[in-house]
Amino acid sequence: MSHYFTLFFDSVFIDNIALTFFLGMCTFIAVSKKVKTAMMLGIAVTAVSFITVPVNNLLYIFLLRKGALAWAGYPNLDLSFLGLICYIAVIAAIVQILEMALDKYLPALYNALGIFLPLITVNCAILGGSLFMVERDYNFMESTVYGIGVGVGFAVAISLLAGIREKLLYSDVPKGLRGVGVTFLIVGLVAMSFKAFSGLQF
Amino acid sequence: MAKAKDALLDPLFNNNPIALQILGICSALAVTNKLSTALTMGIAVTLVTGFSSGAISAIRKHIPTSIRIIVQMTIIATLVIIIDQMLKAYAYEMSKALSVYVGLIITNCIVMGRAEAYAMKNPVGLSFLDGIGNGLGYMLVLLLVGLVRELFGSGKVFGFTVLNPVNDGGWYVTNGLMLLAPSAFFLIGFIIWGLRTWKPELQE
Repeated sequence: MSHYFTLFFDSVFIDNIALTFFLGMCTFIAVSKKVKTAMMLGIAVTAVSFITVPVNNLLYIFLLRKGALAWAGYPNLDLSFLGLICYIAVIAAIVQILEMALDKYLPALYNALGIFLPLITVNCAILGGSLFMVERDYNFMESTVYGIGVGVGFAVAISLLAGIREKLLYSDVPKGLRGVGVTFLIVGLVAMSFKAFSGLQF
Repeated sequence: MAKAKDALLDPLFNNNPIALQILGICSALAVTNKLSTALTMGIAVTLVTGFSSGAISAIRKHIPTSIRIIVQMTIIATLVIIIDQMLKAYAYEMSKALSVYVGLIITNCIVMGRAEAYAMKNPVGLSFLDGIGNGLGYMLVLLLVGLVRELFGSGKVFGFTVLNPVNDGGWYVTNGLMLLAPSAFFLIGFIIWGLRTWKPELQE
């Protein structure tokens, strides 16, 4: 149990997908103007990565990796080069299904998420989660935990940044730095404070 | 001719993908602690953007609008797989150093963004140039950030020692922060600040 807890804590704080690996930065910067929308996006990312990482893990274990097709009579076949295109197809398909399901059963949430849901397909945090899962050789349980961790980490980081940017409206920023420029500096400071977690061990 | 020149050169300064369109920042930050990785990444993205824009533009009249994202994604993913396999075959060390970031070119917003905004509306030649131009604009910022980070972080440029670090008996005390993640954010922030002070019409 503690193994999974460590993995979760690691992926949320120490190896935060946004602040340590810089993934999902485009949305991270663009959608962090209000805390409420930022949290919505965080929830959507968590939901999608919670589903896609384990599904891609199954795909990798039973179809793509070397020797995975032994059950079909091809013990030496190595399809891992097809990984990238498969993972992105899975992500696109799952986002589409999630969108239709939410529209049907939870229209309130669907309307609240609006444009963010389709945008998540091209959010690198999601694809990055799957790629790290493959690189680090997680099993099914681990990849489920990691999937949630990635999403929660992203949600925490983007809500924090949105909180700071809301307060920033009242400050007098130099002209050339307004908007994106100062956001980058703030993200740098937040990332630096997250570095403080890196010594923690359980 | 003038149009072709604009398509190629505009993205370098006036409409730089990273500093102004704020696209494709993820990898820009992650691979820049060394110049060699920054350069490889820059070349890879330039090739992918150029050829994907060209290819998408070539079939733009045959793509049904409702499934265009999937079609674009397939083309881009195919090109990225080719680059990834080439790197694994001929520059294995480099492909290890770049780890997942080569694969992440698929979701690099520059590639998608140019396909959607430019290649769907313009002829093949221009789209190709626009893709290459945006790739070069991306590479420019990457090299700039990479240069500062490698020089001050480890006293080297392209792996050659320029400032002799204290650890090897020299005089330069390396700035460890430059090799960590946050410094990349600061540097890009400063680049944006500089560019917008130089060209005030770009300010928000």
